[in-house]
Amino acid sequence: MYSNLIIDLMQIIMLTIGSVVVMITAAFKRDHAIVCGLTVFSLAAALLTFVFIQPVLPFEATELLLMDEYSLFFSNLIIVGAIGIALLAYPYFQTHNIQNEEFYILLMTATLGAVVLACSNHFVALLLGMEMLGVSMYAMIAYPVHATTVAKFPLEAGIKYLIMSALTTGITLFGIALVYAYIGTLGFDEIPAALDAAGELGPVFVVGVLMIVAGAAFKLSLVPFHIWTPDVYEGAPVPVTAYLATVSKAAMLAVTMRLLLASNALEFNAVIAVLTVMAAASMIIGNLLAVMQENVKRIFAYSSIAHLGYLLVIVIAAASVARPLSVEAMSFYMLAYFVMSLSGFAVISAISNSEKELDTLADFRGLFWRNSWLSVVLITVLLSLAGIPLTAGFIGKFYIFTTGVEGELWFLLTMLIVGSAIGLYYYLRLIYTMLQPADITGDDTAAAAMPVGVHVVMAAMTLAIIYLGVYPTPMINTLQGLAGAF
Amino acid sequence: MILVWLITILFIGGIGAWLAEKSNPELPRYIALATLLLDLFLVMLMLFAPGMLGLDPLEQADLGQPGEWLVLFSADWIPRFGVSFIFGADGLGLLLIALTVFLGLMSLGSAWNEIKDRTGFFYFNLLWTLAGVIGVFTALDLFLFFFFWEVMLIPMYFIIAIWGHENKEYAAMKFFIFTQVSGMLMLLAILMLVFFHYQDTANITFSYFDLLGTNIPEGAAFWVMLGFFIAFATKLPAVPFHNWLPDAHSQAPTPGSVILAGILLKTGAYGLIRFTIPLFPETSSAFAPTAMTLGVISILYTAKVAFGQNDLKRLIAYTSVSHMGFVLLGVYAWTAQAVQGAVMTMLAHGFSAAALFMLAGGLQHRIHTRAMDQMGGLWGVAPKMGFMAVFFTVAAVGMPGLGNFIGEFLVLIGSFRISVAAAAAAAIGMVVAAVYSLIVIQKVFHGENKNNLVVKDLTFVEMFCFGLMMIGLLWMGMYPQSMLNMSEPTLRSLGVLFFN
Repeated sequence: MYSNLIIDLMQIIMLTIGSVVVMITAAFKRDHAIVCGLTVFSLAAALLTFVFIQPVLPFEATELLLMDEYSLFFSNLIIVGAIGIALLAYPYFQTHNIQNEEFYILLMTATLGAVVLACSNHFVALLLGMEMLGVSMYAMIAYPVHATTVAKFPLEAGIKYLIMSALTTGITLFGIALVYAYIGTLGFDEIPAALDAAGELGPVFVVGVLMIVAGAAFKLSLVPFHIWTPDVYEGAPVPVTAYLATVSKAAMLAVTMRLLLASNALEFNAVIAVLTVMAAASMIIGNLLAVMQENVKRIFAYSSIAHLGYLLVIVIAAASVARPLSVEAMSFYMLAYFVMSLSGFAVISAISNSEKELDTLADFRGLFWRNSWLSVVLITVLLSLAGIPLTAGFIGKFYIFTTGVEGELWFLLTMLIVGSAIGLYYYLRLIYTMLQPADITGDDTAAAAMPVGVHVVMAAMTLAIIYLGVYPTPMINTLQGLAGAF
Repeated sequence: MILVWLITILFIGGIGAWLAEKSNPELPRYIALATLLLDLFLVMLMLFAPGMLGLDPLEQADLGQPGEWLVLFSADWIPRFGVSFIFGADGLGLLLIALTVFLGLMSLGSAWNEIKDRTGFFYFNLLWTLAGVIGVFTALDLFLFFFFWEVMLIPMYFIIAIWGHENKEYAAMKFFIFTQVSGMLMLLAILMLVFFHYQDTANITFSYFDLLGTNIPEGAAFWVMLGFFIAFATKLPAVPFHNWLPDAHSQAPTPGSVILAGILLKTGAYGLIRFTIPLFPETSSAFAPTAMTLGVISILYTAKVAFGQNDLKRLIAYTSVSHMGFVLLGVYAWTAQAVQGAVMTMLAHGFSAAALFMLAGGLQHRIHTRAMDQMGGLWGVAPKMGFMAVFFTVAAVGMPGLGNFIGEFLVLIGSFRISVAAAAAAAIGMVVAAVYSLIVIQKVFHGENKNNLVVKDLTFVEMFCFGLMMIGLLWMGMYPQSMLNMSEPTLRSLGVLFFN
């Protein structure tokens, strides 16, 4: 019994041990390379424990956490993302000559929080995970604030994220309190029974759920809770932006999906209505605002708003289509989006460092002819974001259309097509910029000196995008397996 | 398997050309030539000696699917969604594949001396576009079809965006967005079709053969059909979706225009013949009057717009839309003569439009302008070019004895049976065609050479290409039966109305 419990929580335990080890090492030996290497090593060790966890699934590890194929998939994804980001962070912070070891401690604790989120089956675990992730993120966003030369505006971004995040945590907590007041339970899967027992449905429960959804929507940067996104994306150091775009979103979406499905909250018309408005608004506004940006990080920020809107279509469809299909679709799209974002930010990171970030459209002019490897990676990412065949993004889009058609969500599908059409414009603009003749030279010196780690991240992610796009069957089989439990 | 090879050879050749640029910038074009010749050889074998490839025309019935298939290949791809690799070629498919490979060689000929920079990436894109087009002409799984539909789009975008003329960014983006958005509508329609089929049979499949005859609920059928129609009508293009074409054509480099006009437009017509009408026979016949009206409007309206152009390439682009109007009219008349005429128009227009764009591109390459008011009297300095221009213009106008005449004439006969008014109005289009075509000859080649332009006459490579296309058009005009015989079984199996 207890041995299974320990095995099941192995990833979480390993991450905790890893954070402590990294912290102690940093206290005794301040060496960037050692600390970074140790971080990657602990993350990899935590990742590999999935071999032991897999046979004993599913398992309810205490009331708070539910380990099943679904949570394991997202935990693995999160840890892989964290490894990638640690590899990007090393060259980036090499130029940052004061105390860059603590960054990795924060990275470890944030990852721990994200994994807890992905496994949580209880409001307490949800809140714990969210806060652990959130608090670490504040510090990570504002990390280079004491450096003499700062590429962007980390302090402003950090404060912005802190205030908005604290506010929404408050709202979420209030929502949890309302739900608890109405049905008297905090476990996700106890909610349907408790709802039945509570009898007539009062608006209190729905309001509570909506407040929790609002909290999640903030982390997922869905319209109208998206206002922080572009500024924080731009102001934060590139690896942290990558973390925000990938790990933070994947963890939050995983738990939101589980909460909505386990609690049957999608049976309420009010919840569907709110989600539909958020999805449509995110797809249109996200894409429209992206058109006007001149900064690639901001373009990615707005594009992430739009993509989370697309993902929300799948979540809404879960109300009317077979649940396993929608879970499968959501997991695939999230995986695809995760890989694309990480790859895209890896390219920006490759030509940036903590003192100077090359992230405006002008910096990318002629990149195809100056450094074709970087631009091929980025073009693959952009085509995948646009949903062109041969890439993971296409299979993801295909999944959205499939669930949308089965759920007969014609309005949202129309918005999706309109949104994607607008989206094409700015993806193509960036591609076109890279294809223009190179009339500036010498600005991408950072890329020449970039260590092997960044290349590994870019190559692995690009291969993943193409592999998932050309032969998705193995991954589909895995996802079908994990979605069967819903 | 042979069809998979046709496509794979082009994909591999493309990558080879890209890699070869590093060692020698002259090398990619020879690699592209070798790749295309190899494909041409295989296509010729399929056309004239299928036995040598192990294809027995007599065993067609054994291929297990309705239709007159010469080759069928199928393998699993994504079993989860019933997606598989199904490639097939019948008479119609083979004709179009042959057209694709042949015009691929022509566009290579026009690129031979024109494309000087970044040759590797250029030929990569050229070959990948052709691979996508052959995929479109052979794919019989709707997912696979959509896949190739998009594959041919991106390399074309690169060709326009990198090697295009002064306003290339705008043109390339317009081309991409029009095609991609209409493609997304088609994807939505495909998924709806699959979904309705699934509701009926509890079987998820994208196979063309399984989806034929799907029972679609009353209200939805029209919308599903419309999704396909818009995608194909945008590619064709037909008014009101034709807007991207003049920009794309005038800004694309010559080889790009050749492929666009010669081949890419035909994928739209092919889609209508192969997919839209057979998949939705009833809805399509209810929609036919609208589509035929759009066809007639395309013929007349764009002919008038063409007449008002000063930009030579824009003018030819508009005439393309006008000729494609005949195709739309013929396809939706859905009688034997009309559809045969549409197929002949597709083939013949492929040749004549490709040749005209090569001439226009050649002129621009020599005198750096496309404005016709800057030209004049060029016959005196470039008589070979003048002769070719007259020949292909006359062909496009529909001179008896050349391919275009057969096509348009058959379309008119065939649609006359269905709608006298549409046929009569379309016939006016043939008269107008003479006006806008001859004005080109007058403005460019006749008159006096007021700017004292010195134009180098056609080179050997160009003469060779034009010569081949002349022979092709003459063949089509003199002995069209050879092609009609090939496409007839296909059209019969697709349910075209044969009255005899």
